[in-house]
Amino acid sequence: MSQNAEKVLDHFNLFRQPEYVELFENKKKEFEFAESDDKVEEVKEWAKTWEYREKNFAREALTVNPAKACQPLGAVFAAVGFEGTIPFVHGSQGCVAYYRSHFSRHFKEPSSCVSSSMTEDAAVFGGLSNMVDGLANTYNMYQPKMISVSTTCMAEVIGDDLNAFIKTAKEKGSLPAEFDVPFAHTPAFVGSHITGYDNVLKGILWHFWDGKAGTTEAMTRVPNEKINFIGGFDGYTVGNLREVKRIFDLMGVEYTILADNSDVWDTPTDGTFRMYDGGTTLEETANALHAKATISMQEYCTEKTLPLIAEHGQETIAFNHPIGVKATDQFLMEVSRITGKPIPEALEKERGRLVDAIADSTAHIHGQKFAIYGDPDLCMGLAGFLLELGAEPTHVLATNGNKAWEKKMQELFDSSPFGKNCHAYPGKDLWHMRSLLFTEPVDFLIGNTYGKYLERDTGTPLIRIGFPVFDRHHHHRYPVWGYQGAMNVLVWMLDKIFDEMDKNTIVPAKTDYSYDIIR
Amino acid sequence: MSLTVEQTKQRNKELISEVLSVYPEKTAKRRAKHLGTFEEGKPDCGVKSNVKSIPGVMTIRGCAYAGSKGVVWGPIKDMIHISHGPVGCGQYSWASRRNYYIGTTGIDTFVTMQFTSDFQEKDIVFGGDKKLEKIIDEIEELFPLNHGITVQSECPIGLIGDDIEAVSKKKSKEYEGKTIVPVRCEGFRGVSQSLGHHIANDSIRDWVFDKAGDKHPEFITTPYDVSIIGDYNIGGDAWASRILLEEMGLRVIAQWSGDGSLAELENTPKAKLNVLHCYRSMNYISRHMEEKYGIPWVEYNFFGPTKIEESLRNIASHFDDKIKEGAERVIAKYRPLMDAVIAKYRPRLEGKKVMLFVGGLRPRHVIGAYEDLGMEIVGTGYEFGHNDDYQRTTHYVKDGTLIYDDVTGFEFEQFVEAIQPDLVGSGIKEKYVFQKMGVPFRQMHSWDYSGPYHGYDGFAIFARDMDMAINNPVWGLAKTPWKRTEAEA
Repeated sequence: MSQNAEKVLDHFNLFRQPEYVELFENKKKEFEFAESDDKVEEVKEWAKTWEYREKNFAREALTVNPAKACQPLGAVFAAVGFEGTIPFVHGSQGCVAYYRSHFSRHFKEPSSCVSSSMTEDAAVFGGLSNMVDGLANTYNMYQPKMISVSTTCMAEVIGDDLNAFIKTAKEKGSLPAEFDVPFAHTPAFVGSHITGYDNVLKGILWHFWDGKAGTTEAMTRVPNEKINFIGGFDGYTVGNLREVKRIFDLMGVEYTILADNSDVWDTPTDGTFRMYDGGTTLEETANALHAKATISMQEYCTEKTLPLIAEHGQETIAFNHPIGVKATDQFLMEVSRITGKPIPEALEKERGRLVDAIADSTAHIHGQKFAIYGDPDLCMGLAGFLLELGAEPTHVLATNGNKAWEKKMQELFDSSPFGKNCHAYPGKDLWHMRSLLFTEPVDFLIGNTYGKYLERDTGTPLIRIGFPVFDRHHHHRYPVWGYQGAMNVLVWMLDKIFDEMDKNTIVPAKTDYSYDIIR
Repeated sequence: MSLTVEQTKQRNKELISEVLSVYPEKTAKRRAKHLGTFEEGKPDCGVKSNVKSIPGVMTIRGCAYAGSKGVVWGPIKDMIHISHGPVGCGQYSWASRRNYYIGTTGIDTFVTMQFTSDFQEKDIVFGGDKKLEKIIDEIEELFPLNHGITVQSECPIGLIGDDIEAVSKKKSKEYEGKTIVPVRCEGFRGVSQSLGHHIANDSIRDWVFDKAGDKHPEFITTPYDVSIIGDYNIGGDAWASRILLEEMGLRVIAQWSGDGSLAELENTPKAKLNVLHCYRSMNYISRHMEEKYGIPWVEYNFFGPTKIEESLRNIASHFDDKIKEGAERVIAKYRPLMDAVIAKYRPRLEGKKVMLFVGGLRPRHVIGAYEDLGMEIVGTGYEFGHNDDYQRTTHYVKDGTLIYDDVTGFEFEQFVEAIQPDLVGSGIKEKYVFQKMGVPFRQMHSWDYSGPYHGYDGFAIFARDMDMAINNPVWGLAKTPWKRTEAEA
């Protein structure tokens, strides 16, 4: 017995004690009928080869460890960015439990969302009565200012019509006729979480601008000097949106952040739980129609939203998750061009400090090979920054990337000598990435928490940037956008690089001549 | 401000009617049946359970897929579990339950991986059976050491009428009788994850037991063979349980399903006794084994020394004196450790009030462990319990305990706000709500990345964790000092 009250051993050390080690060995030997160690070793080595890679890349049907989630998750992400809004997911309830858990695990925050709890009878008869009762319950219990309705695959397969259902619910008195219930169909078998974000944001703007699903007159645009800003699905939404607001305030830009979920996923602990903190007000959302232009930070998150906005007469501009000096320059210059506001000296100084920091540290990053995976825009932003740092983004993989993205990535690679021999992999998963890392190794891997399995198996050190990050705390509070955001990304990369250097030199009397105190 | 039992009952009654007053009439009527107070001497907790959740409320429940893939099948380590349908379900349940296991992931074990058919629109339109066949071929090529495959149906599969049974049979034949199990655990089936457990149990009966035959003739039984049923090895729980059974002289031939393997499932019908921890999720297969193979089963509770002692003796009572002596030896061996743990932590936890809301067996099973530390359970409820769970709960709870079945987020917040417990034990979705309110919290599904909590080794961790949560200095910081009233200061 190794456990003791004075120094309690938990799973980290408890199961390394001899009695447990023996228990594991006996279990395996007597009961598991496991494969022999030799066989396991043989297959393990084979899975590292080019031969395995070719078989792996020939896969047509199976997906293993994908780096994407489904539409409804993005739908919830966008919906909680509006003031007093509760997302209502029409479909079976288990999905909502998953979305809430997923967000809570990333942001370490409550995540409110309801479901219409459809079961077998709804599968047969349709989910109308679930919608009628559900909207009434949500409205009475949670007293929202708006209910944003989206769907799961179940509701989509049986073909429930949200527009008609919401209308009927209002007719039956579930909620007042004038209460805002924007909706979007978000089937889980089309696109990914970024598609769901796009659909819901589009649905909400359409609702306010185009006559609230036929219940009022469409709004008439009276252009003003404001600009709209859309962040897109972004694991750093808390830090990023606050940073963008700071930048706009410094510039004196009048703006509306659409789907501003930065406060709802960063509420204070002070003895009270607030379900709806912050968010774009409904008035701002409606008035966003009058803005001069709309800026999207993520092109692939706004493929449908931006055309809707453009149809209403605004200029639209899309970036690809800009990170770094040039990308931020471009962003600020566009904001300046559109608004006529000059870029203030304060930001110029921040820029200079970032360049200073890069110059100080570039020697450590120069020529290092990286693999990146994540959403298409994030991948592009990170790859652009790496090129700027003189690093090589060797493998860039987006499970939810498409051919157009691949082409754009190639253009980015071609724009820099450091992009030579770099490749983009649309539609591939992390099991493909595993083969890439074994056959064409790189120095570092950038991606979300799931990358830790790749770090373990291939020995490639992981820098955690992306969504979800479950196993590190509070990174979402830091921006990656703006010059200060780029500084954060730079520091996260350098910290890992230095940790690896130290790990690699730490053996006394063997390698520690390079275990330097000054780096 | 300690209340008498009668005052507590009155308070609960008022609290419940206050909560219900917010709902539309129809909903209030339905929810009223799920909220109540335990009356001593009654055969159950007086609440309705295992019925549909109400649309539009924040239920904490999951779905049948979560019960089958997430709970029962997912931890079987040497099989590949395909999340068949769109990408989401597999993604959200990917490695999130901490079912510890030992093996070379991706080569001979696969628990912390996500295999999905990633359904696209065309698969919905044309059906996914052809794709499933191909997926099985690709698995066989890329993961040759897998010992079997399960097909976990997501919502669309049942709706579009795919025949996963036919595909499984066909492919099993093609791969020389390989174990390929279709599991009809579509998320819309039933009212919670509970039906998923049942469906998964039935699929083991039909597609593993019935086909296993004499697959392992080299397996020799002994009179002391038992199987651990319904322990998912969260943070190593099943290991901390197994070690006790082995120390008392039993031979644990299978673990269901944490750190379990297909061979263990196949050999379970040769056990002399099935010891069942999570009754809710695995009573079905235990009853089946009793009926078909004549194997008795016994429920046990390995939370906290009082219940562990009781359970060890109860398990031993099914065997001869050698095992009975073994149980006494184990109890005596660990008593000094338990005494030391209680001596250390009880003074820091005595009299603290706890509210629970969990799944499976925990709304009742952990009560003894809290009581061993001098703590009191003032409210409890099940996510997906049935009436037989609430019957069993009567042996654990005190007169006047607030009972809430399938509690909604709204109700739970109101109850905690009014009762102001010293600790809430529930899941990740509830955790941050209560911490914002300044109430200490522990995740009682996943042990908050800690564990194990089962067995004697686990109780030491449990006690430490409860102390860590409740007596954490952070809770003294929650209220802004310049906003404190005189009474609070």
